Amino acid sequence: MSGIPHDHYDPKSGAEKWLHRRLPIVGLMYDTLMIPTPKNLNWMWIWGVVLTFTLVMQIVTGVVLVMHYTPHVDMAFASVEHIMRNVNGGHMIRYIHQNGASLFFVAVYAHIFRALYYGSYKSPREVTWIIGILMFVVMMGTAFMGYVLPWGQMSFHGTAVITGLFGTIPFIGEAIQTWLLGASAVGQPALNRFFSLHYLLPFLLLGLTIVHIWAFHTTGNNNPTGVEVRRGSKEEAEKDTLPFWPYFVIKDLFALAVIMTVFFAVVGFMPNYLGHPDNYIEANPLATPTHIVPEWYFLPFYAILRAFDQDVWLVIAVNWVTFGIVDAAFFGVIAMFGAIVVMALAPWLDTSSVRSGRYRPMFKWWFALLVITFFVLMWAGAMPAEGIYPYIALIGSTYWFAYFLIILPLLGVIEKPLPAPATIEDDFNAHYAPKSGGAAPALEPAE
Amino acid sequence: MFRKLALSTAIALGLAAPGAAIAAGGVGYVEDYEFSFEGPFGSYDRMQLQRGLQVYTEICASCHGLKFVAFRNLSDGGGPALPDEQMRAYAELYEVWDPTLFDGEGDFRPGVPQDHFPESLLNTAPDLSLMAKARAGFSGPYGTGMAQLFRGMGGAEYIASLMNGYVEEPDCAVGDEAMDGLFYNEAFGAGAVPENCVDDHGHSTIKGTYISMSPPLWGDDVEFIDGAPTDVESLSKDVAAFLMWTAEPKLEARKQAGLTGVIFLTVLSVLLYLTNKRIWAPHKPKARTEDA
Repeated sequence: MSGIPHDHYDPKSGAEKWLHRRLPIVGLMYDTLMIPTPKNLNWMWIWGVVLTFTLVMQIVTGVVLVMHYTPHVDMAFASVEHIMRNVNGGHMIRYIHQNGASLFFVAVYAHIFRALYYGSYKSPREVTWIIGILMFVVMMGTAFMGYVLPWGQMSFHGTAVITGLFGTIPFIGEAIQTWLLGASAVGQPALNRFFSLHYLLPFLLLGLTIVHIWAFHTTGNNNPTGVEVRRGSKEEAEKDTLPFWPYFVIKDLFALAVIMTVFFAVVGFMPNYLGHPDNYIEANPLATPTHIVPEWYFLPFYAILRAFDQDVWLVIAVNWVTFGIVDAAFFGVIAMFGAIVVMALAPWLDTSSVRSGRYRPMFKWWFALLVITFFVLMWAGAMPAEGIYPYIALIGSTYWFAYFLIILPLLGVIEKPLPAPATIEDDFNAHYAPKSGGAAPALEPAE
Repeated sequence: MFRKLALSTAIALGLAAPGAAIAAGGVGYVEDYEFSFEGPFGSYDRMQLQRGLQVYTEICASCHGLKFVAFRNLSDGGGPALPDEQMRAYAELYEVWDPTLFDGEGDFRPGVPQDHFPESLLNTAPDLSLMAKARAGFSGPYGTGMAQLFRGMGGAEYIASLMNGYVEEPDCAVGDEAMDGLFYNEAFGAGAVPENCVDDHGHSTIKGTYISMSPPLWGDDVEFIDGAPTDVESLSKDVAAFLMWTAEPKLEARKQAGLTGVIFLTVLSVLLYLTNKRIWAPHKPKARTEDA
C-alpha cells in the first residue's frame, strides 16, 4: 500500500494461500500493521491512536447507553437518571461517554496543532488533511447532537442557539432551520432526529478514519523533520524506518495508557467538572438561561462567532456593500465556519517549501502565537459578551484569520529556513548522540 | 459579573422580581463547609445521611419533591443504608396513588420500596433530587471551577450556605416595599435586589439577593435520636449531605471504580514503558555506551 519499499505478506501454509487467492485480507492487515514508519516520530505522533481508541470507546459505551435511553421529551431526562441510578455500572458508562467527548477533543486539537506545526498538511498529504478537517467537522456535529440527548436546560437552549445559526442565512435561513428541527421550534422532532444522527455519524467517522489512514499510508507518515523517507531501495528505506508493529504500536499504547490514567482519574473523581451544572435541570422551554455556554471544546469557535458584532467596521462595510443582506449575525456564522475553512485551505495558503516548523525560525513564533490565540479564544468564549471580552475575542479572531490568510503565504517568501538534516536516519542518530560526556546509561534494559 | 448559578436558581424557583425590584444578579456568598465525601477517597457519613433524611422528611418535604429517588434506595449500599424493615416502614408513611386499584379507578395505598418519593407539592418549589449537581457551578463564571478543583466545593456547600444565608437585611433595603414577602439571603444569587442597593453601573452592592423561600430552619427543628447537634448550621450540613447523596447516589462506587482504574492503568503504563524501552533499545545508537 505504501510507496515506501518494504516486505509484503507471503502466505506459507496451504490454507493461507487458499484464502489469500480469494480474499487478501491477511495481506491487507499485514501491510497496514507492518507499514514502514519514520523512526524519529516524537510523542506528538501518538494522538491518532488515541483518537481511534476514543472513537471505539465512545461507540461501545454509546451502544450500551442506547439500550437504556428513551428519546422522548418527557422521558429523556428521566431515562438518563435511570442510567445513573438503576443500570448496573450505568453511572460509569455514562460518565465515561460524557467525558470521552472531552478526551476526544483534547486529542483532536493536539493532533491538528501537531499537523500545523510539522507541516503534515503539505504536499503530498493534502487529501489526508482535508479528510481530517472533514472528520473534525463531523465530530463537532456528533458531539453537539449528543449533548442534546440528556434534554437538560443547556441541551435544549443550546440547540435553539446552534440551529438558530442556520436561521441567520439570508432568505432561506428560516426554512433551513425549520427543516433541521423538523418543526418551528426545538421539540420532539429535533430530539428524535438528533438521536438518530448521533448514532449514525460515529460510523461515518469510523469510515472516514479508514480513508484517512489509507491516505497517509499511501504517502507515508510525515515526521518531525519533514524530510521524506528515502525510497531508492528497501535497504535505504529500512535505515529511515521501523515497522509500525511492534515499535509504534507499543509506544502508542504506552502513551494511551498514561492518558487513560488521567482520564480515569477525571471520570472517577470529578466527572462533572467539565460539564455545565444547568444540564442537571430538566429542559424547560419557558425558562431561557440568560447565558448559554457551549461545552469547552466549542468555545474558541463560539468566541469567533460572537466576535463580529454590528460595531466592527468590517461587518458594517460588508453589510453596506451587500445592501444589508449580510448582517452581523450572518457575518458571525460565516466567520465561525470560515475559521475551519481556512484551516482546510492551509496546504495551498502555506507557500514555504520547508515542511517542518522546526527549521522555520520565523514561523515558530507565529505558530506559538496561534496556539496562544486558540486558548485565549477559548477563555473569551466562556466570558459574557460585554465589557472587554468582545474586543479580546475580536483580536483573537482576527489573528486566527491573519495567520492562515496573510502570515502563512508571506512567510514562505520572506523567511530564510534553517538547514534540515539530509535524512531521517541522521536526525534519529543525532537525537541519541552523547550530550555531555558519558553519563552511565542507567535506563538501559538489563539483558 | 454574571452568575450562571444565579439564573438557574431563578428559573428553578420560578422567581419573578416583583414591582420595582431589580434582578441585578447579585453575587451569592458560599461558605466552604467540610464534608466527609470530598476528595478522591471521601465517602458519605451514614449517620449524617440518616439525619439529613430526617430533616428532609420533617421540613423540606412539605414543599419540595425528590422524584428521582426511590424508597428502596434508602437501603442501598453507599447511601443512608437504612435496615430493610426501617426502609419499608418509612415507605409506608407515604400515601401513594395507585391507578390499578379500585377496579381501575385508582386509589391511595401505603408506599412500598419500589415507589419513588413524591414530586414537589408547590409549583414554585423545585425538585431536590439533583439540586446538589445542578448548583455545583457557583465557583466561577461558566464553571472555571477553581474552588471546585482545589477546595472540593460543590452543590452541597451551596445548599448548606443557602440554609445559613438568612441574615439581617442590609441597610439599603430597609423600607423597600417591593421586597415584601421575600427574604434576604446572602448565599442566593438569583433573586431580586432592592433598587437602593444597586450602584450607578447597575451592580448590586449587597451579598446575595432576595429569595421567595421563607427561612426553613431555625434551630432545634428536629430531634435526633443519636443526640447530634440541632443548630441551624449542623442541620444545614446534614440536609446538604443528604441531597448530595440523592443527586449522586453512586458516588462511592464511582470513586472506587476510579481508584481501581487509576491503579490498574498505572501498572499497565509502567509495563508498557518498560516494554517500549526494551524493544527500541537495539535500534537506538549505542553512542553513549560505546563512548564510555
